[in-house]
Amino acid sequence: MPVVMDADRIGRSLMRIAHEILERHRGTDNLALIGIRARGVPLAERLAANLKTAGGLDVPTGSLDITLYRDDLMRHQVGPQPILRRTEIPFSIDGKMILLVDDVLYTGRTIRAALDALIDFGRPSAIQLVVLVDRGHRELPIRADYVGRNVPTSRQQSVQVRLQEIDGRDEVDVDEAEVAR
Amino acid sequence: MSVTPAPRLRSRHLLSIADLDSSEIDLILDTAVAMKEIGTRTIKKVPALRGRTVVNLFFEASTRTRLSFELAEKRLSADTMGITAAGSSVTKGETLADTARTLEAMSPDIIVIRHAASGAPHLLSTICRASIVNAGDGTHEHPTQALLDALTIRERKGRLAGLTVAIVGDLLHSRVLRSNVLLLTKMGAHVRACGPATLIPPGLTALGVHVTTSIDEAVKDADVVMMLRVQHERMHGMFLPSLREYFTLFGLTPARLTHAAPDVIVMHPGPMNRGVEIDSAVADGPWSVILDQVANGVAVRMAVLYLLAGEEVA
Repeated sequence: MPVVMDADRIGRSLMRIAHEILERHRGTDNLALIGIRARGVPLAERLAANLKTAGGLDVPTGSLDITLYRDDLMRHQVGPQPILRRTEIPFSIDGKMILLVDDVLYTGRTIRAALDALIDFGRPSAIQLVVLVDRGHRELPIRADYVGRNVPTSRQQSVQVRLQEIDGRDEVDVDEAEVAR
Repeated sequence: MSVTPAPRLRSRHLLSIADLDSSEIDLILDTAVAMKEIGTRTIKKVPALRGRTVVNLFFEASTRTRLSFELAEKRLSADTMGITAAGSSVTKGETLADTARTLEAMSPDIIVIRHAASGAPHLLSTICRASIVNAGDGTHEHPTQALLDALTIRERKGRLAGLTVAIVGDLLHSRVLRSNVLLLTKMGAHVRACGPATLIPPGLTALGVHVTTSIDEAVKDADVVMMLRVQHERMHGMFLPSLREYFTLFGLTPARLTHAAPDVIVMHPGPMNRGVEIDSAVADGPWSVILDQVANGVAVRMAVLYLLAGEEVA
């Protein structure tokens, strides 16, 4: 189980991404962070903290559950529905520059669902994508604007992001075990 | 909550609270909490049940339950059809089983049924491939009502376990009572039931309910007081001397509520008979969570439809 990012590296990546965001959006005050549940949410919160320390910006942060927008929701004929979690976006996204945050970018289908969900909430001025890990194998024309680390993988591998807030430690592993997606 | 929510429902029908265990109840309530947020959006619709067909079979008068199910179905993007007893083949003498077979031929995914006969949803579940949701059957059960009541209580009190819930009114004809007693006792609440002796069904004590004919005893220190409607339409006998006497002995008034817990909430499944089982000052007072119940009804029904839709057989 090779560890491709440890806690230190995750921390440095998130700080670097915060600086990149500040550089590309110099002088703007309409940024908002939205984390995709589950692990995009703590990542978005950490980015908000970094943007505060590095740029003095107060960026509103929300969380998005994309379960009801999945394209495979009703396709598995047998099996339980994914557990639904709360979506909390306590601000209007109209006219906002939205930074959508997720842990792993893979097929792009989660991001497709997230875009559909976000657009139901309003009309942001733009949406950019932040991911901690880009593992390749896109099935849709989607790319990330900010990437913590590009990790080349095969489809047979699985990428596990563990975060302090949810899993008790910070770590990204690449696993050989076949994983159902 | 003390138990971890189940990852899924074991049955693909919702016929009765008796079929659910406490972890499944938590799953439905937790899902409903997430569904509730959708109702606060500008665009109150998610594509979860896109392309699914839901039939609403209402053989008995219903306003809020029918509208609540319809709204839940629409918010999940399902295609819906409604059939009411008046103006359908039922008035021409078709049996329920034949109606069910006819519907079955149109391959709906979910059938929501309200019927005056206890057990009608169960009958449907033996005929149809669709998931069946009981929206109230005779004097048997009304599971989604108990679930929305539980959601409302949990929202206000943070828990169900350990609470004292007084249910007052026409106990005999109430499917809401039966579903609530089953749910609340499963979740560890203490239930007191109160009504006139003529309207107390046998067997309540065996369900772990404290039965009394004194409303003051039922309400004392209660965390929740749930009022039940006097169901005139089901009373084909001399159950009550007069409605005036009923109000005097069993009506919930502000004075009676002073003996309940200081943060007591008052619930009513509707429709209310003001001045019969509940004083207007209570119905519109600060204790009342009656309109929260209506709002939570849509969220709970969305949760049930969403969870059942994933349980389709191949």
